[in-house]
Amino acid sequence: MMFEKFGKISYVPNSKVAKFVEYLEEGKLTGTKCRKCGTLYVPPKADCVECLDDDMEWVELSGDCTLHTYTTIHASPAGFEDIAPYTLLVVDVKEGGRVMTWAEGIPEDELEIGMDLKLRVKTLDDGKLVYVAEKP
Amino acid sequence: MKVAIVGIGHSKFGRRDDATVQELSWESFKEAMLDSDLRQKDIDATVIGSSPEYHKQRSIPGVIAEYLGMNSQPTYLTEAACGSGSAAIRTAYSLIKAGLHDVVAVVGIQKMLELSTPEILALMGRVGDVQWESGFGITFPGYYALFARRHMHNYGTTEEQLAKVAVKAHHYGAMNPKAMFQKEITLEKALGSRPVASPLKLFDCCANADGSACVILAKEDLARKITDTPVWIEGIASASAPISVIRREYVDRIPSAIIAAKEAYKQAGVGPDDIDVADVHDCFTIAEIMAYENLGFCEIGEGGKLIDEEQTYIGGKIPVNVDGGLKAKGHPVGATGVSMTTEIVKQLRGDAGKRQVDGAEIGLTHNVGGIGQYCFVQILKR
Repeated sequence: MMFEKFGKISYVPNSKVAKFVEYLEEGKLTGTKCRKCGTLYVPPKADCVECLDDDMEWVELSGDCTLHTYTTIHASPAGFEDIAPYTLLVVDVKEGGRVMTWAEGIPEDELEIGMDLKLRVKTLDDGKLVYVAEKP
Repeated sequence: MKVAIVGIGHSKFGRRDDATVQELSWESFKEAMLDSDLRQKDIDATVIGSSPEYHKQRSIPGVIAEYLGMNSQPTYLTEAACGSGSAAIRTAYSLIKAGLHDVVAVVGIQKMLELSTPEILALMGRVGDVQWESGFGITFPGYYALFARRHMHNYGTTEEQLAKVAVKAHHYGAMNPKAMFQKEITLEKALGSRPVASPLKLFDCCANADGSACVILAKEDLARKITDTPVWIEGIASASAPISVIRREYVDRIPSAIIAAKEAYKQAGVGPDDIDVADVHDCFTIAEIMAYENLGFCEIGEGGKLIDEEQTYIGGKIPVNVDGGLKAKGHPVGATGVSMTTEIVKQLRGDAGKRQVDGAEIGLTHNVGGIGQYCFVQILKR
């Protein structure tokens, strides 16, 4: 049940791409790439919708990204009350694809769409794993 | 063979602790029966539009069909989150077009306020992709806030323009006796409300509500016998988009809405300029701005200008949500799409009273499910 280590609250106990979380434990951010047609999936997928193949390889990402959009959540859902308000980002990953993440050490008024950011793995106090974006 | 709406009904929306799911369904169903002068024996099936996760009662079509006196005709549920009601209408339409049934009743129903606050907060955390997004604490307003922020960046849309959408909603909600909120608000009040998910504030968000709405659909020849004022379904399109915002090309628009609108216009043989009145899915103020653009009432990026110029008020280029919209009516998820259709039917019959758009002949509904993973667009003609 490897996947449940991912996220502050995890709703997903396992997945065919649970290896993603093993890589997070090693401090690596990864996506998957279809060996047949070369399509890159960030976040990773186990199956290629383009060519119906499932022969995927793991690709390590640089963490380089740019800010696509953001919001600060004031009314939080269950399990996030202790950290509210918190700033959520959607970032465009340099290699392709997009992820949702947290702003780390950047106040909301310093965020600008299009700015360069760097993703890194972060271990939360209870051992759960996430990735966060900070100024490079 | 065409399909018409021959009867409509609508419960009071709001906090309805006084009624069960089936009792609430009865309120709109009864109105639609009286409106069409039909009785249960004249109706071949019921289709229920609802989002089941809010109810204590499991599999609600069973208790609803029983309470409505609609046994032993077929009944079942359609689910497309906030688009469930329109999904039910599209299913009923298909049943008639396929020749399986002649007359079908659609009940859109939701009791959202029977859950406790902790239960609602837990549900709130699971609206998006629970594998890749929910673990960071994104919420429903949060998603629309992400859209709003990008829209503002791309096109210069302002928080004041968003607030003006809420002011308009409450202006018309004050004229709708079925609305949850029947009071006007000022721009200052909207702009000064507490932050929910920046840049969205409390008055940028619609409220959870309880309620039901009902429409009765009939095939062409029967429709003409049942009523002198049939409203014809000329376009009834639907499309989908990735639920994950991270897998969407654009976050400043609802891609499923653009596709569904194009298809609905094609089916009806009309364009955006032909629409006299529209009911759109304003779950958040930014959603209405995007709807103006995605439906072609203006170019992408010009939605803010449209509300600045009051073009979506009665008397403007295209009156939108003159029933108060989700914002003032309240948003009982499964009932919302059906509620939209009842409003447009009223408008096309000339029965909308104080909020009537004079001479309306062609109307449109735009019902978005979730954050745009589903969208339904109807075009109705009198």
